[in-house]
Amino acid sequence: MSGYQSLSLLDIAIAAALILVNGVLSVALKLDLERKLVWAAARSVVQLLVIGYVLGWVFQFDRWYVVVPLMALMTLIAGLSASNRGRRTYIGQRVDSVVSIWVSSWLVAAVGLFVVIRIHPWYEPQYAIPILGMILGNTLTGVSLGIERMTEELTAGRGAVEMSLALGATRWEAAQRPARQAVRAGMIPTLNQMTVVGLVSLPGMMTGQVLAGQSPLQAVRYQIVIMFFIAAASALGTVGAVLLTYRRLFSPEHTFMASKLIEREKPKRG
Amino acid sequence: MSTLADTPLIRATALTRHEPVRNTTLLHPTTFILSGGQRAVITGPSGSGKSVFLRALALLDPVDDGVIQWRGRAIARGGIPAYRRRVAYIAQRPAMLDGSVEDNLRYPFSLKVYRDARFDRERAVELARRAGRDTDFLDKRASELSGGEAQIAALIRVLQVDPDVLLLDEPTASLDPASALEIEALVSAWFDDGHDERASIWVSHDPAQAKRVGERQLVMTAGTLS
Repeated sequence: MSGYQSLSLLDIAIAAALILVNGVLSVALKLDLERKLVWAAARSVVQLLVIGYVLGWVFQFDRWYVVVPLMALMTLIAGLSASNRGRRTYIGQRVDSVVSIWVSSWLVAAVGLFVVIRIHPWYEPQYAIPILGMILGNTLTGVSLGIERMTEELTAGRGAVEMSLALGATRWEAAQRPARQAVRAGMIPTLNQMTVVGLVSLPGMMTGQVLAGQSPLQAVRYQIVIMFFIAAASALGTVGAVLLTYRRLFSPEHTFMASKLIEREKPKRG
Repeated sequence: MSTLADTPLIRATALTRHEPVRNTTLLHPTTFILSGGQRAVITGPSGSGKSVFLRALALLDPVDDGVIQWRGRAIARGGIPAYRRRVAYIAQRPAMLDGSVEDNLRYPFSLKVYRDARFDRERAVELARRAGRDTDFLDKRASELSGGEAQIAALIRVLQVDPDVLLLDEPTASLDPASALEIEALVSAWFDDGHDERASIWVSHDPAQAKRVGERQLVMTAGTLS
């Protein structure tokens, strides 16, 4: 931790004053965003302070029965927020999205913590929590895009799906094209991210390690490893979510149950 | 003793369908027998349940009650794709996949249930010719077909694999009269090739067409077939 510059509350206050730039812009250009700005700034400060305290407490406690419930809570929140997207939904979509995120990200995190990084104890919160968090963030995107695309493809392509079934396709044969599209849609953001990483964006974790005095080469190694965790988990999560959606919407009698797709009520504007 | 020839193709017993949300009955218990050599026509106001009935026969929608037998036997879950190969449902709006007409005609042969069959281009060309289309019809992009052409392509896609029963759900409702006649000609040629072993049910809005495409006239009124 040599050469690490601590931030005082005064430093934070000075940085916070920079939000005035946004405020001035909003007033000058009549963007009508002042209230939102204040709200967003306050939220981010409060949320981060809270997580800072929670993490500080958890790191101190350093017990599996504290770390694991926190990881479970993070996973649950990720699963629920992944299920909030898209114009159409179906009964059980929340469960599907939580299950697919849970299984895929915990599986990959387990491989990461036990096999790749090999920390002791395995629940060392300093590693377990940020790594799971990064995996969750990306798996969430994949899962929500996958489910959204699947329901959209099935709605727009209902004619083609029923045509296939009517010709004698099994339910899986009929669902294959939409499912493939949906998996692609869910995996592409991660692939894009992998192709520009380091060129366009310096990932937060790597930046953080460098700021904390870690050598860039070590930081890059970590980043590479995390990138592959993310890729694997979001691919697994997307495939899982699309398969679960498929199982909900196609019956074992090889019918497509279009009536199970419900249009969501208009999203509430916050 | 009944021989195979006497057994009806389809025997539907007390097919019933409710709509749970509005708590209405879409199809009152309907018993219906279709034998080889029969061409049935169902007319009736829209929303009366004609399509519901046809889709139930194609097993495309679950029914709340009733049994469908194929050639005297119940249809097991695993046998549903094979049943649908024999009993082909044609929707009012033809669904085309991306690619050429030929790609669309080849599509069925990619399915498991058609493992024993192979795409026969000459056969497809012959069917297209029957509908007044040239060989180059197969090379057209599916997305560029007119409504009538798309329905012809969809019908060829089904007829090339020789189904025993056609369930035609207003296939010409949105087509011009000339295209409608071409569709009718294709279907009746298929029927005549079957030597009274094939059968069809045609749902139609048009009284003149109803007379042309079948002898057994039925009417659907508010979920009741008579």
